Amino acid sequence: MDIVVQLLSTVFSPVVGKAFFVIFQYEVLFVMVAAGAFGLFVGATPGLTATMATALLIPVTFFMDPVPAIAAIVACEAMAIFAGDIPGALIRIPGTPASAAYVDEAHAMTRKGLAETALGTNLVCSVLGGLFGTVVLVSMAPSLAEFALNFSSFEYFWLACLGLSCAAMLATDAPLKGLVSLFLGLFISTMGLGIIAGFPRFTFGVNELLGGVDFIAAMIGMFAISEILRYAAATMAAPRPPQQRIGSLFKGLGRILYKYKVNLLRSSMMGTVIGILPGAGGDIAAWVTFATSRKLSKEPEKWGTGHVEGLVDASASNNAALGGAWVPALVFGIPGDSVTAIAIGVLYMKGLTPGPTIFLHQPEQIYGVFIAFFLANLLLLPLGFAAIRASSQILRVPRHILMPVILVFCVVGAFAINNTVFGVTVMLVLGAIAYVMEENGYPIAPAILGIVLGPLLEDNFITSMIKADGHLLGFFERPISAALGVVTLIVWMIPLVLFVRSRSRPAAA
Amino acid sequence: MRFNDAVLGAIVAAFGIYVIVEAGTFPGLPGQTYGPAFFPTIIGTVLGLCGTLLVVKGVATAERRPLVVWGEWVSSPRHIVNFVLVPVLLIAYILFSKAVGFILISAAILVILIRRFGGGWKAAVATSVLATFVIHTMFYKVLHVPLPWGVLAPVAW
Repeated sequence: MDIVVQLLSTVFSPVVGKAFFVIFQYEVLFVMVAAGAFGLFVGATPGLTATMATALLIPVTFFMDPVPAIAAIVACEAMAIFAGDIPGALIRIPGTPASAAYVDEAHAMTRKGLAETALGTNLVCSVLGGLFGTVVLVSMAPSLAEFALNFSSFEYFWLACLGLSCAAMLATDAPLKGLVSLFLGLFISTMGLGIIAGFPRFTFGVNELLGGVDFIAAMIGMFAISEILRYAAATMAAPRPPQQRIGSLFKGLGRILYKYKVNLLRSSMMGTVIGILPGAGGDIAAWVTFATSRKLSKEPEKWGTGHVEGLVDASASNNAALGGAWVPALVFGIPGDSVTAIAIGVLYMKGLTPGPTIFLHQPEQIYGVFIAFFLANLLLLPLGFAAIRASSQILRVPRHILMPVILVFCVVGAFAINNTVFGVTVMLVLGAIAYVMEENGYPIAPAILGIVLGPLLEDNFITSMIKADGHLLGFFERPISAALGVVTLIVWMIPLVLFVRSRSRPAAA
Repeated sequence: MRFNDAVLGAIVAAFGIYVIVEAGTFPGLPGQTYGPAFFPTIIGTVLGLCGTLLVVKGVATAERRPLVVWGEWVSSPRHIVNFVLVPVLLIAYILFSKAVGFILISAAILVILIRRFGGGWKAAVATSVLATFVIHTMFYKVLHVPLPWGVLAPVAW
């Protein structure tokens, strides 16, 4: 062990050696494998998403050091995104939204007797895409962080605005409802003793609310309780477990990867970039790369009949997007999707404020996270293999047993944060609100982003307003701040333009 | 439970107005224009505007869309009970967990829900005992979360 650390220290830098030591501890490795197995199970179960897996994991990571906690989240997320492919191929129901784009194609392969090839391609391309995203994260983040050191409250205000606006208005099909969800989240973030002047706001006389709404309880409610409520009201019969036996996964895989190496590279790159963009994550990456691949395919006639090409693209891109999403999260502290929002919340709780200064002051923590990323993607290969082998057992676990157990787990998780039942109350209230919101087409992710980013947004907004003496033009005086501001304003205009165009078109015709 | 946009829009707009009014009662900071009320006022304004737009949109489609579509489960008493049972059991936990204790309440929640969701007695009891034991051990013993013992305090392990 010491030799490895010394070797790494001399080859790379002392920081990498130290970071290696942070990760390669029995406890951390055990936690990563356990979180990974948990992610695989939740991801492979239709109706339980990768975000829900992360939400359920947080109460446990709450008791760990920051780096193991983040390592667990990364492992769980990477596995869950891949595992969503398993029921997609076998029973034509995506395990997570990120697998929805290519469910039909994967299931068509299964009907042709190619389930092994489909799942093997999913697994290996997920691993390769994930590793690609990690390489981009590792090579981009430190230099971006150096650049971000010059940012003032103006830049941070615009960055937060841009991230939240994209999540609310572009990543949903109903911008107005996305905005309502976002501002509901921002409102929740203002509850409690305010960061300005320490005046209690919107506490309704409840003492427990003075500390604000606990975001873990909120998140468990919004992602897990709402799902249990939906299950309780669901009148549809449960999906049938798959019948087929799984043979050799890796047969003929080398030829597929060689044939579609361009697809693999292209979609890994696109996936990473889409992940970096605020508000867009693995599911959008999969849809976009799948469609692109179909357009550029040399054999378009084979699509729809169980053709493996699109699977290569989409599997690689949704896992590549994970690494990408962590770039803005770690460098600026601005999460791009709900899972990184959760991770950012965890870092704040651990007293580790994400942003460029961690790269200066605690580089071994950041490099530890990088190593965890590599490790999580490598672990995906054996664990994912085992999950495919066990898939028919996983899919046979009955929902009527699973959902009540998840409910009790949620209760304990919400209780464990402050050791009061008030957390359970918060969870129930927000779970009910999230249920009504989702039923009516209001996206949930913007609300979570609002809760996590609210304090940062308000703080930087007020600081900037005071600095600029109330003149909004002050927000555009610094070059980067001006550029970010203009992009944000454009994002605000897009829904308006689309609305006006959709109005004028029928009139013209 | 799908509402016409106007219904939820009206609720959102009313809530926005409430936020603005409530923020108006926050004290300002001496010598400063931007105090604790500034940000909430903006939030309230945006919620008010979005809510109003949703009402306008909802009213425009009111002919095609009724105010509330309840969904299939409302005509099935079994599903209504299941749906209501989830919050009821959570409220029971909030009210009684301290007095009764985690183990008993958790076991009860599991047996009731698994039976209601369509599991057999055997599966319900077995899962209930096993899951309660595993979760209790994990959080109480390993993570040191003070889950209440309640009436089982004399035999606490």
